[in-house]
Amino acid sequence: MGSFDFDVIARSLGYLFREGMVFTLTLTALAAVGGIVFGTLLAMMRLSSFKWLSLAATGYVNLMRSIPLLLVIFWFYFLVPYIGAWLTGAARPIHVGAFASSVITFTMFEAAYYSEIMRAGIQSIPRGQVWAGYALGLNYWQTMGTVVLPQAFRNMIPILLTQTIILFQDTSLVYVLSITDFLGAASKVAQRDSRLVEMYLFAALVYFIVSFGLSLLVKRLQQKIAIVR
Amino acid sequence: MRKLSLAVLAAAFVAAPAIAQDSPTLKKIKDSGTVTIGHRDSSLPFSYYDDKQQVVGYAIDICMHVVDAIKAELKMPNLKVAFNPVTSATRIPLIANGTIDLECGSTTNNVARQQQVGFTNTYFVTANRYVAKKSSNIKSLADLKGKTVVSTAGTTNIKWLTEENAKANMGMSILTAKDHAEAFLMVETGRAVAFFMDDILLYGLVANSKAPGDFMVGSEAYSVEPYGAMMPRDDAGFRKVVDGATAKLYTSPAMAALYDKWFNKPVPPKGIALMVPMSPQLKRVLANPTSSGDPAVYQ
Amino acid sequence: MKYNWNWGILWQTSIDGQNTWIMMLIHGLGWTLFAALCAGVIALLLGSVIGVVRTTDHKWLVRLGNAYVELFRNIPLLVQLFLWFFVIPELLPKAFGSAIKQMPPPWGSFVPAVIGLGLFTAARVAEQVRAGIQSLPRGQRMAGTALGLTQAQTYRHVLLPMAFRIIMPPLTSETMNLIKNTSVALTIGLVELTAAARSMQEFTFQVFEAFTAATVIYIIVNLVVVNLLRWLEKSVAVPGFIGPAAVGGGGH
Repeated sequence: MGSFDFDVIARSLGYLFREGMVFTLTLTALAAVGGIVFGTLLAMMRLSSFKWLSLAATGYVNLMRSIPLLLVIFWFYFLVPYIGAWLTGAARPIHVGAFASSVITFTMFEAAYYSEIMRAGIQSIPRGQVWAGYALGLNYWQTMGTVVLPQAFRNMIPILLTQTIILFQDTSLVYVLSITDFLGAASKVAQRDSRLVEMYLFAALVYFIVSFGLSLLVKRLQQKIAIVR
Repeated sequence: MRKLSLAVLAAAFVAAPAIAQDSPTLKKIKDSGTVTIGHRDSSLPFSYYDDKQQVVGYAIDICMHVVDAIKAELKMPNLKVAFNPVTSATRIPLIANGTIDLECGSTTNNVARQQQVGFTNTYFVTANRYVAKKSSNIKSLADLKGKTVVSTAGTTNIKWLTEENAKANMGMSILTAKDHAEAFLMVETGRAVAFFMDDILLYGLVANSKAPGDFMVGSEAYSVEPYGAMMPRDDAGFRKVVDGATAKLYTSPAMAALYDKWFNKPVPPKGIALMVPMSPQLKRVLANPTSSGDPAVYQ
Repeated sequence: MKYNWNWGILWQTSIDGQNTWIMMLIHGLGWTLFAALCAGVIALLLGSVIGVVRTTDHKWLVRLGNAYVELFRNIPLLVQLFLWFFVIPELLPKAFGSAIKQMPPPWGSFVPAVIGLGLFTAARVAEQVRAGIQSLPRGQRMAGTALGLTQAQTYRHVLLPMAFRIIMPPLTSETMNLIKNTSVALTIGLVELTAAARSMQEFTFQVFEAFTAATVIYIIVNLVVVNLLRWLEKSVAVPGFIGPAAVGGGGH
């Protein structure tokens, strides 16, 4: 491949970050929020006393956890428009863009993992608090919303954030759909200019800095929370 | 008087969505205010990223004429155009599931694919060949026996290659690449001896490589590949607009200039001219626009 | 829903003119399992060494072990595979690099895939092994020393046998992760199960049949492997010792 040309990185920085990294970070943020919300619902369903609710949630979580993310990405990219048509009663598949499709895919997939974390979080709250809530005349949603979930969420913040760092890394897999996320942008430049070595080393470095930086933050947060408790 | 105006009003009311009614694609475009075009990463000079990461190419220019026709048809001058990247492997399911409305790239029109998607009038005719390094001394298909070769996933070329390999007992190992740039890179870096693809794309890849003099494209052509823009199947209303726009463009004097712009003049990203004059077959096909999937029509 | 279902496609002859499509998928599964097995051996050996090293009192060894785990945990697997496949051969001496690149398929992508997956998973195994050892009561290590065992002997005969039993459940889920992660190797050309389903989809246009078949195969593999490892976990359990509950205590 001849001599190295690290100038190729400088020339494409704007594209890599303004388009690629912005896509990656937006996707990560939206999927994390969506995944935690849906995951919490799944966790509540699994712990519910309605058998079929709990069975449905368990089935969903186990299904998502037994197939590779890449297969899920392909499934959803091709399937979501048909589901949309089915939901809206349209005769033809509805239009779902690459970005929306990615957000839906990662939300649905990561929810299975977030739900396991939230389930542990909910179970870590002593049963007595739930009874106290009911004794005060709160209903299920009030007890969950004001007593159990805030504490469960707070206790689980470090693990939820660690899972979000994994999500950040996982979003690189949209590369297989030729979507311009950070890795997609890097690989497009790499292939156009035949500069694979430089671009992939740079991509690895950027992913490392972001993930490692975030994991240090999580560690500090963990210590802080531990002290308060 | 009152009755009349009501009737006019009613007619206008019915007439406006009428186009959309008999074409689900046009209705979707109208409702969303956006037409979504599928494009390629590295199908130079048809559909690819230039040095500023903008999507450009011969097929993209043609599709912009189609977009103008859609704007006129829907009376929506401010219709937005969204670009969605596709690969050879994702383009057909994405047309089928409505993610993209029109695919403007380097897609071979054939009868098998017409079971899944629709094609508009052919805008280029190419042939399946291979590219190899001159130093590997490949003179014909027979020289590739037992060697490692590559093609792009989801193309007619890899299909032909896989079938030929089994039929002629060639014993080739076939690698699959995600897109043309990656496949060419396999040959450039020595992972594969030859890359089977449509010759026009091979000329573009060679011309823009670091050392164009190192490569040669095989002299034998293995198939005829007519290119057309893809659109959803069974949508007569949309097809009428698209076919009408392309036929009008192909038969107009502007077409020769458009062809020259992408095949005889310098093109981005490196400003290299491909210098591929228009073939007699293409001249014939453009003068009498056709969306046939039968290779015999293009011989 | 406007989609033409055709389940019979699975039993039709595939593009290679010999096997049916379902056999192509099973062939892909074979490569999935073989790659996972090879990478698993690397991960278990290397991960155990690094995990153990991180619990010793050699400061610079601990640091080296920590650095390894952080490095391999904070770069996406896909990028790591690209580094092994595209980048490393270019950085090696030319003749050696070319030899690697010209390995005939599937070895040209299989070898980098196994190295990449193995080293990536090793970081995760190392983390489990360290947690497992640190979850053991300190008395066990002291007992070893009191018996006159060297540090190596203490690890070999006292700490590791218990630690490995304790971390069987997390190792089971790491095994499942590894099998699923082999699908990422399709990006460097390994035709494993997901790639086989992809190729079936490309040639037949039957998207959902191909993906459904692959999904069902993954679920079956999941059930078989999980139950196999559970059975293994039970058969090596030390009577009267409740292992898994101890994990977590030694986390931080």
